[in-house]
Formats: sequence, C-alpha cells, structure tokens
Amino acid sequence: MGIDPVTVIAALIVASTPILLAAIGEMVVEKTGVLNLGVEGMMVTGAVMGFVTTVETGSPTLGFVAGMASGMALSLIFGLLTQLLLSNQVATGLALTLFGLGLSALLGVGYPGATLPPVADPFPAAMADIPVLGPILFGHSLVTYLSVVLVAAVWFVLGFTRTGLIIRAVGENHDAAHALGYKVIRIRLMAIMFGGACAGLGGAFLSIVRVQNWVDGMTAGAGWIALALVVFASWKPWRVLLGAYLFGGITALQLRLQAAGISIPVEILSMSPYVITILVLVIMSSDRSRAALNAPAALGKVFHATG
Amino acid sequence: MSQTALLSIKGITKAYPGVVANSDVSFDILPGEVHALLGENGAGKSTLVKMIYGLVRPDSGTMEMNGTPYTPTEPRAARASGVAMVFQHFSLFEALNVAENISLGMENPPAQRDLARQIREVSEAYGLPLDPDRLVGDLSAGERQRVEIIRCLLQDPKLLVMDEPTSVLTPQEVEILFHTLRKLSSEGTSILYISHKLEEIRALCDEATILRLGKVVGKCTPRDTSAAEMAEMMVGKSLASPARVNADMGEVVLKVAGLSVEPATPFGTPLRHVGIELHAGEVLGIGGVAGNGQDELLAALSGEVTTAPGTVVLNRVPIGDTGPNDRRALGLLCAPEERLGHAAAPDMSLIENALLTARQRKGLDRSGFVDWRATRAYAEEVIQAFDVRTPGPDNAARALSGGNLQKFVIGREILQDPKVLVVNQPTWGVDASAAAAIRQAILDLAGQGAGVIVISQDLDELLEVADNFCALNEGRLSNLRATKGLTMETIGLMLGGAHDMHDLDEEALHADA
Repeated sequence: MGIDPVTVIAALIVASTPILLAAIGEMVVEKTGVLNLGVEGMMVTGAVMGFVTTVETGSPTLGFVAGMASGMALSLIFGLLTQLLLSNQVATGLALTLFGLGLSALLGVGYPGATLPPVADPFPAAMADIPVLGPILFGHSLVTYLSVVLVAAVWFVLGFTRTGLIIRAVGENHDAAHALGYKVIRIRLMAIMFGGACAGLGGAFLSIVRVQNWVDGMTAGAGWIALALVVFASWKPWRVLLGAYLFGGITALQLRLQAAGISIPVEILSMSPYVITILVLVIMSSDRSRAALNAPAALGKVFHATG
Repeated sequence: MSQTALLSIKGITKAYPGVVANSDVSFDILPGEVHALLGENGAGKSTLVKMIYGLVRPDSGTMEMNGTPYTPTEPRAARASGVAMVFQHFSLFEALNVAENISLGMENPPAQRDLARQIREVSEAYGLPLDPDRLVGDLSAGERQRVEIIRCLLQDPKLLVMDEPTSVLTPQEVEILFHTLRKLSSEGTSILYISHKLEEIRALCDEATILRLGKVVGKCTPRDTSAAEMAEMMVGKSLASPARVNADMGEVVLKVAGLSVEPATPFGTPLRHVGIELHAGEVLGIGGVAGNGQDELLAALSGEVTTAPGTVVLNRVPIGDTGPNDRRALGLLCAPEERLGHAAAPDMSLIENALLTARQRKGLDRSGFVDWRATRAYAEEVIQAFDVRTPGPDNAARALSGGNLQKFVIGREILQDPKVLVVNQPTWGVDASAAAAIRQAILDLAGQGAGVIVISQDLDELLEVADNFCALNEGRLSNLRATKGLTMETIGLMLGGAHDMHDLDEEALHADA
C-alpha cells in the first residue's frame, strides 16, 4: 500500500501536538467550571503572532513566546468579560473565535509565503536516524516534548496537589468554594489564561513547525477538535493525550491514504473525529453512573458572588 | 456576667439596597456557652453570621473577640481566629471524597493519609461515624453534616457557628448532634446555634437572642421560657394553628402501585415499588430526610418522568405514561420544591408563570394564541386570594420573597380546582405566617374534597396537616399510619427505615396505655 507505519506515527505526533496543547489547556479551564469556546480563535491568533514574530526576529523561540502571549491576551478578554462582567460564556467564546479569525487575517497580511528560519531539534540528528524509534521518539521539536510533559504535569497537579484539589472544587461547586473563602474568580481567570497560553502555543506550533507557513484560517477547525477532545477524554489528562493522538492519527493517515490512492472518501475520514465525539457524548449522557461524574458540575454556570 | 465574652457583637448594622438586614445588633457569647440566635426567615440571622465568618463586612458596629477587635475580612481570617461554621446549605463538593472535602476547609491541611487518620479519630471521639474515602455524593444528609462538623472540629475552634443544622436530620440524628454539641460545649467550645425551631433551642441552648426584621427584639434563657413566648417574640404576634375541616374521606382518587423509577442523576435516589392510595378529602403526609426519593416521587406523579400506564391511576384512568399536561387536564396538579427554576420560571412575570400551569384548566389560550387578559386576571386572582405581597402581576417571579412566591405557586395550583394536588416542601424557607396560610389553604382544599399529598421534611408540619403519614426511606415508602397518636419516636424509626413496624405499633399502644 505504500504506507510506512513509522512515518505515519512520526507524522501523527506532529499533527497531534497543536490539538493536544489546546485541549490540555482547555481541560484545565473546564475543570474550573468555565467553558471557553474561543479555542479556535486563540489558536489562530497564536499561529499568526508566532509566525510573524519568527519571521521578524528570526527566532522561533520568540515566536512560540509570542504565540503564547497572544493566546493569553485573547483569553484574558474572554476572562474579563465572562468572570467580571458576567457575560454568557458560550456567546463570548463563539465571539472570541470569530474575533480571533478576523484579527489573525488582519495581522497576517503580507506574510503568507515568508521564509522561516529552521527550528532547532533538541536531539542530535544521529539519534533521529536510529531505525524505527529514532523518527518516532527523537525527531521532534522541543514543543512536542513539552506538550507531553504538560499532560503529565496537569495530571499530577490536578490529581495529587492542593492546587489541583482547589481547581476541581471550584469547578464542582463554586458557591461552596466561595463560602470556604476561595477566590473563585481569580482561580478561574488564571485557568483561563493558562488555557489561552496553551492554545496560542498550539497555534504557533502549527504555523512555525508543522506547516511552516501562514495561511488565513489555517487552524481549520483544530480548536473545535480540541474542545471535542476534552469531552471525549471525559476531562482526564491521559485520555486527552490518547484522544489527540487518535485524532491526529486520523489526520495523518488521511493524507497518506489519499496519496496512496485508497478509495475511502476523504470526507469520511475528516469527519470521523467529530462523529466519534458525538458518539462519546451520547454514550456518556445515556450512562447515568460514574462515567458522567468527571464533568465539572459547575461547567458553564455563571458565578455571582452574593456576600 | 463576670466572665469575659468570647465574642462580643456591638451595634452591628448592615444594609442592602432596599433592605436593612441588621440594625444595631448587639449580644455576647460566653466561652462554653450554647447561644441561640432565633428568628424567622429574613430576620437577618444569615447576614449576621456571614459577618462573623468574614463573608460580609458590616456597615457599622464592631465585634470583639476576647476583648480585642475582631474584623475578619475573609473566612480564612475568621478561621484563623478560631471561628468555624457549619452551613445551612452544605458547602460540600459531591464529586470529591470526604477527606478532600475536609481538606478544602482547612488552613494547613496535613497529607491525605494523616488527615484520614485524624478524621477517623475525631469521628470516633464525638460519636460521628464517617469513612474518609467515600464520595460525598453518596452520603445521606446527616452524614454530610458530619463532614462539615468534623471539618470544623479538626481546626479546634473556639466558636462553632451552626446555621439551621437540624432541618435535614431525622429526630434520632438530631439527638446524636445534640449529644456532640453538648460534649463540645462542656469542653469549652462556644456554639452559636441558629434556628427557628423553638423546642430544639429549649433543649440545647443556654442563652437566646431573638431577631426580628434585623433588630434584636429580645433575649431570654430558653430553659425558663415557654416556646409560645419565644414564638411571640420571634413573629411579633401570636399565630393561629391551621384549623382542620373534618371532611369525610371519599373514594380513592389516586392509586399508585408498584412504582419503580431509576434516578435521572448519578446522585439521585431510585424509587422502589412505591404504592399509594389517596382518598378524596385526605391529606397524606410523606415524611423523609432530603434525598430519599422526594424529588423522584414528585417527578413520577407530575408526569415529568413517565412509567408504565398502570402504575399511576387517577380516578380509574391509568396515566402512568402521560406527561404533565395530560395529567393536569385530568386534575392532577403538582407544586415542586424548588420555587425558582422548577415551580416558577425566575425571570418571567407572575402573569407568564400563571399561564405556564393554568393554561389548560383555566382556558387561557384560544386556538394557540394566549389570552393575556384572562391570564392577567387569573394571576391577579391568585395574588388576591393568597395575599401575595407584590407590586403587581407584571413583576418577575425572582423579585418575590420566598414566602410570597411560594404562596403564589401553591395558590396557582389550588385555584385550578385540582382533584389531586401534590406539593413538595410547601413551606420550606417560608416565614411562619405565610407557612400558616399555606397549610390552611391545603386543609381547605382537602375539605372541599380534593386529595392532597404533602411531601415534607418538616415533621411538625406533617403532623399538623396530614390525616395519614408514611415515610420515604431510600426510595421505599413505608406503610401508612394515621397521624393521630403518632409519636416523634415512631416517626423517627419510620424515617430511618425500620421495617418491622408492627412491633412498634404494639409498643406505642402500650406506651399510650
């Protein structure tokens, strides 16, 4: 068939990194009980700012930082609107996506096709040449490794530390958390900004490493996949990783299947992540037992501190 | 009064837009004293407590702890000063376990393993059994309260504030709680006990401060004061108990048989083979501690949850598989517990809320169009007949006080002339005079020949209005008992799910004889 499993796996890891980053960030946001539907907007803004900064400064590292900063800035708008001015989270998140798409198109004028400096790999080329394991384990950009470390860190913090316990408590019952004296709004704002930084970094990775170019609306729904992924993973970090690689794998496979002339319609593969997510949602909501418990009980609810 | 007060409250005033919650409130709590704060809903008890706990800051006035100024700006500061609080609506997290919940309420929690050990120790020392590893969502209301109490005790408080702690407990659980509180008090911990239940205060408290409309209206020593005197101070007038019109019971209007329902949420309670026979003119009281299937029972009766047709039969018509509108058309009306969001749409006007349940029986629409004039007239009729205090029917349901909205919600159903009315917690969070009016309306309705089911956690209320009583325990309904002659002890055992009720009957008879 002409499909080499090693290159597919290596490609899927690269393809999955942006959605993994965005999804793990969004997962933390949702764990505090906030639903930010603006992931797509933050990603695409991160992508353009990362790309522009890298082109202008010649430093991919600065590009990544700029991507994170811009995602964070955008998320802060969302945070201020929803947490302090109590606007509707769904509407604000959707608006943020539209705003991010427009803003990124404006900022990126004149940049499509610009040449980028190469991104340095953390491991020597010799290691990446090891058969099979080399391309899979050692052939990636630093950000890819960072994304996996981030999943582990989120898993550890949420499950085993007091900070994580407080985050979960705020997402579970904000009134009770407030009554116990926790700063619900501050905790949520910080989570929102973390989520924004993650989404921005994911976007920057997409433009700087994966595509190495800037195209209008280049995230092409990656932010929505990331959102779906959080639900698919039932708010569990390692399942987010698994889901990201699964969805990324479908994307990577789809390109190669097309190239190999296999006659599965592209549309079917492209929609499969969403179909799977819908199926998972249906299964989760039909099962009224523990599986549904992971969903933060206060997700999307407006918190209004009444004395 | 030679002892220095632990907490001394001097001239506290707090106003919210449109309402003065506390006006020049002063009192002292001595070390080791159980001090009652007595007042109706809306008397300003909760606001006062929130100030003591640092959740709200007073507009004027001062507090002193052991003679030094005490101005907590947040709960953390209050806890650091030795004030701990058990909330009326538990501040617990259902998806977290007991140890995690307790840890969240502590300043410097130890590692989970040590904490679990401490929880076991304290729970044994005070006779409050609790397993640190269980999910709070799986616990009963009484057990949840233990979580809160143990959370407080682990911090070695000087002052323990308890806000309406017994409203969700069975009489036996209340005894356990009082035992714990007396032990704490004998060890020197002061307790501020907030309640409107007079007998409890007489049984437990050393001193009482009585609040009405935000002002201190009296102080007394509960042991030497009669409940009636305290009630009069609390309400400002003496209350007439509802009068029962003795109507003869007619034939069976509602028959429920073999009703089993799976819960809609992970922490809900399944109903197991519930059977009810309700006669015309009968008031059936269903008691039970919260979370034993009350909401599920109401949903199954109202038609929000459908079952096999024969499980619910209204006047010989099987209706188990029909929805709320069909049941309303046949004369089965319901008033659920949650006023805002279930019984009434909070942001809709009273007119719109009147339409929501009365459309069919009152003919408030014509070929799909709402007859607003008739709807307004109906809303005004309810407001008039049930003395709902509101500027007018155009006001949003949310703007009404709990008692007034409850009167509206109940009145809206009663004026539709139901054959069967099911109400859940009809007077929860309602001030005493509104509660008396609602109970009277329920009795009048039964007197006119309707069957009424009152689901309530307030046992005094059930004893007052119900002809027959049964208890709901873990989704099972106990056998029916005539309310007359029921003792609190028997009821407590019924609520606790004691199965062999016949022996109890015997005992009760002997005790009476």
